[in-house]
Amino acid sequence: MNRLKQLFEKKKNNILSIYFTAGYPEIGATLKIAEALEKSGADFLEIGFPYSDPLADGPVIQKSSHVAIENGMTLKVLFEQLKDLRSKISIPVLLMGYANPMIQFGVSNFCKAAKEVGVDGVIVPDLPLYEYEELYKDDFISNRLSNIFLVTPQTSEERIRKIDELSNGFIYLLSSSSTTGKDLNTSDAIGDYYNRVKNMNLKNPLIIGFGISDQKSFERANQYANGAIVGTAFVKTLGNENDYLAQIPEFIRKIRA
Amino acid sequence: MNYRIDDRGYYGDFGGAYIPEMLYPNIEELRNEYLKIIAQPDFQEEFKSLLKDYVGRPSPLFLAKRLSEKYGAQIYLKREDLNHTGAHKINNTIGQIILAEKLGKKRIIAETGAGQHGVATATVCALKGLECVIYMGEVDIQRQAPNVARMKMMGAKVVPATSGSKTLKDATNEAMRDWINNPVDTHYIIGSVVGPHPYPEMVSLFQSIISEETKKQLIEHTGNDQPDYVLACVGGGSNAMGMFYHFLDDENVKLIGAEAAGLGVNSGHSAATSVLGKEGVLHGSRTILMQTEDGQVTEPYSISAGLDYPGIGPQHAHLHKVKRVEYVSITDDEAMQASLELSKLEGIIPAIESAHALAQLKKMTFKKEDVVVICLSGRGDKDLDTFMKYFNL
Repeated sequence: MNRLKQLFEKKKNNILSIYFTAGYPEIGATLKIAEALEKSGADFLEIGFPYSDPLADGPVIQKSSHVAIENGMTLKVLFEQLKDLRSKISIPVLLMGYANPMIQFGVSNFCKAAKEVGVDGVIVPDLPLYEYEELYKDDFISNRLSNIFLVTPQTSEERIRKIDELSNGFIYLLSSSSTTGKDLNTSDAIGDYYNRVKNMNLKNPLIIGFGISDQKSFERANQYANGAIVGTAFVKTLGNENDYLAQIPEFIRKIRA
Repeated sequence: MNYRIDDRGYYGDFGGAYIPEMLYPNIEELRNEYLKIIAQPDFQEEFKSLLKDYVGRPSPLFLAKRLSEKYGAQIYLKREDLNHTGAHKINNTIGQIILAEKLGKKRIIAETGAGQHGVATATVCALKGLECVIYMGEVDIQRQAPNVARMKMMGAKVVPATSGSKTLKDATNEAMRDWINNPVDTHYIIGSVVGPHPYPEMVSLFQSIISEETKKQLIEHTGNDQPDYVLACVGGGSNAMGMFYHFLDDENVKLIGAEAAGLGVNSGHSAATSVLGKEGVLHGSRTILMQTEDGQVTEPYSISAGLDYPGIGPQHAHLHKVKRVEYVSITDDEAMQASLELSKLEGIIPAIESAHALAQLKKMTFKKEDVVVICLSGRGDKDLDTFMKYFNL
């Protein structure tokens, strides 16, 4: 059983995941940030591998990707850095990024390398269900990687069921159809959508992401789901401060408060 | 050999819809509806009537006698440059605006590089009274001021793309981000045969009017609807797909696509995707694109902004792989000389994009009776500034 499944068996609510871009704000930051996050109480991590054309991302994460590429971050470098991952970090770790860098690396090689360094799952927003199922599923499964799919307020019930069937980690519930870094959708309709998905009694846990930036939005997300993901707000903090590591405990404490 | 799309949305190994889940409902709606809507009689009636009375179709097929004499062949020019707005781009925007209306969309977005597709989109939005937002790289906005002014005159809002390299690929990213954030009321008019399925197929369908007319016109001119050679320039590849469309299964017709080599294929400043690119995913489809070893998209270069794109449409990638179309590379200098040559020989100033196809003539040997069709995809008015600088006019 991978670490992600263990986490979800142990903890049913208020799960906090943090996204950050590998190689940002400096090339050597990746593992230092991961360690600080674990120490500060994050439940699992999403490490972004940068892409030049991240079309699901808003300006903050775009910029972090751009800087990371400039800093020399590549998948090769990242897997090299992650060799020490499991001697330092015990919480679940996912990799998140776009299809093209993964395809260039070779999806099979990518999955093997991820397993070797102790990664538990992968989120690739632009890898469609059909291609995953037809071309890549076996690579993911044989390397015991959870592939995480997104669900939006516009996703049909039939498709959510299909996603649930193909998922083996959690379902990434988007707070609205948007790029990353927008404010949390707080309309009444959004509560209906969360409840609709919750009442489908899916086999996978639900984690809400996009627009979760502070204690208030984290709390609201947890009324409906098992936990939530903070990305843009954290990446912004990393970019604001010279001593970016020192800010991390305070950032997590504020969200958990 | 099958050159067409299959029911999974692929051309051989290329195509598909590599899109984030947020775009799935939009793409699914289009995929389910576009063929049905296009087949409706009232769609066809309106499409044909606008192409005739508004765009000015059919565009002439012109036997260029002095050019023919020079190269020792029968050279015909398909005059897409005579369309309203000056290029083939409007064939597609007319089709998509009627489609968008039938889908009940209230707001139109588009990307543009040189501004030709932006102008063609702003034009049809004005015609239909729909809100229009055009994404254009900040760098291109400065390079193409007259087209920016045209779009604004027709009521479009031009939004600078300030991310990445601030050119066409980033304008495309921004348009897709807009669509993600406005999934219900907005239709995205993609300007080339790129993007997630069904865009490449839909755009080539709308552009296929070019080869449909050409075949009829060839019969009038020569008594035979099959020429020996068909040439077109390829950036994303929409005029080329329109020009090749009805010739794909005529295996004896040689099809040639001219890509922009920029300063030279190996100069580091080129847009010759079929030579320099590798298979991957760009803007929602699996295709050939220029990229680093790590899969980061690299910045292309061409003197002609319309060919300055790091990928090619997925059907072109397939036609390249199965060798149905020969893709050649033409440098800036070769294209500029070909522009001047056509201007002097025929009194037609071509767009620098189209001149890439013309420049290939010099590299070929013909028999006197060979029939050659070249897609003159656009006119050169928009390039006057570049011509003035290049030739010291």
